[in-house]
Amino acid sequence: MSNIIFARLFKITVFFIALTGAAQMPVFKRYYISDIPGLGWLADFYLTNKIHYALGAVLIFMVMYLATEYILSKRNTLQLSRCGVVRASLFAAVIFTGVFRVIKNLPYVTMDPLTVMMIDWTHLSFAILLGITALTALIRGRSSYFEEGRVERKL
Amino acid sequence: MTVKNKGISRRNFLKGLGAGSAAMLLPSALPAVASSSETEEIATLLDISKCIGCGECVRGCSEVNESKYPEPKKPFPVMYPTSRVEVEDWSDKRDVDDRLTPYNWLFIQSAEVEYNGTLHEINIPRRCLHCQNPPCANLCPWGAAAKQKNGITRIFDNVCLGGAKCRTVCPWHIPQRQTGVGLYMRLLPKFGGNGVMYKCDRCYNRIAEGQQPACIEVCPENVQTIGPRSEILAKAHELADKNGWFIYGEEENGGTNTIYVSPVPFDLLNRAIDKGAGKPGLQPVADSMADEETLATAVAIAPLAGIAAGIIKAGHYLSSSAKGKNNE
Ligand code: SF4
Ligand code: SF4
Ligand code: SF4
Repeated sequence: MSNIIFARLFKITVFFIALTGAAQMPVFKRYYISDIPGLGWLADFYLTNKIHYALGAVLIFMVMYLATEYILSKRNTLQLSRCGVVRASLFAAVIFTGVFRVIKNLPYVTMDPLTVMMIDWTHLSFAILLGITALTALIRGRSSYFEEGRVERKL
Repeated sequence: MTVKNKGISRRNFLKGLGAGSAAMLLPSALPAVASSSETEEIATLLDISKCIGCGECVRGCSEVNESKYPEPKKPFPVMYPTSRVEVEDWSDKRDVDDRLTPYNWLFIQSAEVEYNGTLHEINIPRRCLHCQNPPCANLCPWGAAAKQKNGITRIFDNVCLGGAKCRTVCPWHIPQRQTGVGLYMRLLPKFGGNGVMYKCDRCYNRIAEGQQPACIEVCPENVQTIGPRSEILAKAHELADKNGWFIYGEEENGGTNTIYVSPVPFDLLNRAIDKGAGKPGLQPVADSMADEETLATAVAIAPLAGIAAGIIKAGHYLSSSAKGKNNE
């Protein structure tokens, strides 16, 4: 798969995971967004939750693939930018807390109510922070995760 | 709408005894409830053949849980968009006891059903079933609801924002909303949240003290039994097998901690009872969280698959760059 297609799939996955994640809060119906033709599904909590899970699996696959490849072969030639480090860490935090959410919802797992609350709050907070950082990076035109020019110098 | 009889007060009786001494007076019931909470989820058995519909349990519930009821201040904040957000205010209708409300966590459903040539008058105490894998708690995005290890599903009134998602995803739409109270009032009351959701908490505080839930304790007909789920199920099956009765709650929604046994089939009861807002049915319910369970496997496999794919890709890359170097 070419890198461009991979990057595009990654962006689409992230977009829909953010959308279905936001749909877990009862806001799309309140604000008539799910009344827009074609967006009715956004008010279906079960459906959006299942999509969120499925895309979560896809995202984890992609991120682990990228991380493994980076560590094994590109670590010495490609340096993460500061903004890249921040976003990668936030991604890790969102995924980590998300996995805990999946675990806590398993039928044979019962977590302490305070733990449940902490998982939910951290997942939500990290996701919002990631959203803000990603938007900022986009607006400031620094959407690359890597130091510019570094690649050429090293190669 | 019926009005609660507030005449006979068991609350004063209980108050007089004090929690500690009341606990001491009930030695037989206590060990079962207390010890089971350590090891196994506790469940309740409702033998509805015994229920006479006297409503003592409904009143008992109100009396011991009144202190948990919401005390909203009016006027409520205007909530936007006003055309969509509905105020749900039960604070002036606290006496309603023919459905679930924030001020009434238990009500009695009645049905007349003919079965095998006999007319049965059936009364069914209805409240939260305390699902074993409760979607109301699992899907709360705000961590305001959770199941305790002893099988009680609770909504924490100091955290809940009242978005009512729990009610939407609950197969029986049990939790009920009171506007104008709770955390949302201190956040963005105009734009997010709409109060707090309330439902039976199976008298978690009484259980923690080794007491029985009020509705069980006050019932003159001993309709309910509480104990470890396996024991409760064994009892339910014994009753069902012996009398040719029917069970509800064992498999529903993947299993609940409320097991009803009835002399008439539940589909007949479901057809006969009055259903609607705050009046749950007795319909068959598939496990709401079954697909999530399957998808969790995908989430578990994903990182390993990702790492494997990454190694393969890196292997290609390294071997081709090594080849490149060799060729130089
Ligand atoms: S107190 Fe017992 S008999 Fe009376 S309505 Fe409640 S469950 Fe039925
Ligand atoms: S019956 Fe409804 S409110 Fe009660 S635990 Fe199950 S899903 Fe939650
Ligand atoms: S268990 Fe407690 S809270 Fe639940 S219905 Fe019975 S008395 Fe009410």
